[in-house]
Amino acid sequence: MSPPEPSYAPTPSQTVGPFYGYALPFPRGGDVAPDGDPETITLHGYVLDGEGRPVPDALIETWQPGPDGSRVGVPGSLRHDPVTGRSFGRDGVAFTGFGRVPTDADGHWAVRTLPPGGVSYISLAVFARGLLHHLYTRAYVVDEPGDALLGSLDAERRATLVARSEAPRTYRFDIRLQGDGETVFLEFPSGPGPGSA
Amino acid sequence: MTTLTDTASGYHPPRDHPPYRSSRLRHPKQPLIPVRDPEAVELSGPAFGVTDVAALDHDLTRQHPGEPLGERITVSGRVLDRRGRPVRGQLVEVWQANASGRYAHQLDRHPAPLDPNFTGFGRCLTDDDGAYSFTTIKPGAYPWRNHTNAWRPAHIHFSLFGTAFAQRLVTQMYFPGDPLFPYDPILRSVSDESARQRLVCAYDHDLSVPEWSLGHRWDIVLDGPSATLFEEGGDH
Repeated sequence: MSPPEPSYAPTPSQTVGPFYGYALPFPRGGDVAPDGDPETITLHGYVLDGEGRPVPDALIETWQPGPDGSRVGVPGSLRHDPVTGRSFGRDGVAFTGFGRVPTDADGHWAVRTLPPGGVSYISLAVFARGLLHHLYTRAYVVDEPGDALLGSLDAERRATLVARSEAPRTYRFDIRLQGDGETVFLEFPSGPGPGSA
Repeated sequence: MTTLTDTASGYHPPRDHPPYRSSRLRHPKQPLIPVRDPEAVELSGPAFGVTDVAALDHDLTRQHPGEPLGERITVSGRVLDRRGRPVRGQLVEVWQANASGRYAHQLDRHPAPLDPNFTGFGRCLTDDDGAYSFTTIKPGAYPWRNHTNAWRPAHIHFSLFGTAFAQRLVTQMYFPGDPLFPYDPILRSVSDESARQRLVCAYDHDLSVPEWSLGHRWDIVLDGPSATLFEEGGDH
């Protein structure tokens, strides 16, 4: 049985292009953890193309529960000065769960955050020039034996989702858009679904 | 539960679209892995609020002391989910070239003038009806090096959040009747004609402000699940 035709057809995706850099990134976009929190972990890596070359014009967004498992999200990631309109980013106190960082000239990105509560992964969205529709993936900071998603993958593919512990509280997670060691990318059920009004 | 995946639905462009040269080494060749876990973190989303947006962020013509050059326009519309319900209180971000077709970005070397009174970036939150509105300048077309004589049609980049991380959308809005449409591989990456038309705004005279700006209407429908849809989908 095919699902019913949705009443509202989605707006198609388009590439973020190369020139988002003066617009989307904001101060302290990668500082998800409150300042000075001793639980802070660093998640970082490179975005690489099908020839293993760095992608300097990619944008990474991260989303995760707080250490207590809370998924509500708190406003205040991209705060503005109400007088000057100047963007000054986070307040250094609230944990908003949301990170946004551009890759640098070497294709490198980093976020400093807190360990996710209740799950062992941090969710990522990857945008780039040349990418017509962003990609989702997950960085598992714990290789959870019972995880359904990890368990459904063969060892080689599974390894692309597991962040490598490099140093205390530092995890390396490279994103390979294509080719050898291509990262596992995810999709989620879409649309109103069967039985919807 | 039958699932419409983004690859099966055809609403979005294929990531492998050779006419857009930059896509060649930047699209995965392995199929995407479906996630059907109702507890998936991606079914919740970041939240934005009044502290994230300043009062004049929605008016790109008032971010500098002087008036920017070009045709002043208002772009308004609603952000909806797949059931047509308003997406409330979520962040809408726009960025664009100036009236001459130049971005305020150091790597944009197109020899068209920069406008000291126009940066080309704006933000707002959707209201209780899911509505957003920006005042800006109609961007110019510009050349790029994808192929010989490649020109991008005038467009405004949009970035949108829904109630789920899996509803995230980055897209581009185009202007009606642009003669460059048949030549642009980015717009034409959307192969379905009706889907492509959904990227084009409509001139709306009721939105035009006398002695001030020309009005354009563009509604946006976010794909992907919300947590509610996900749960209800399993019940029926």
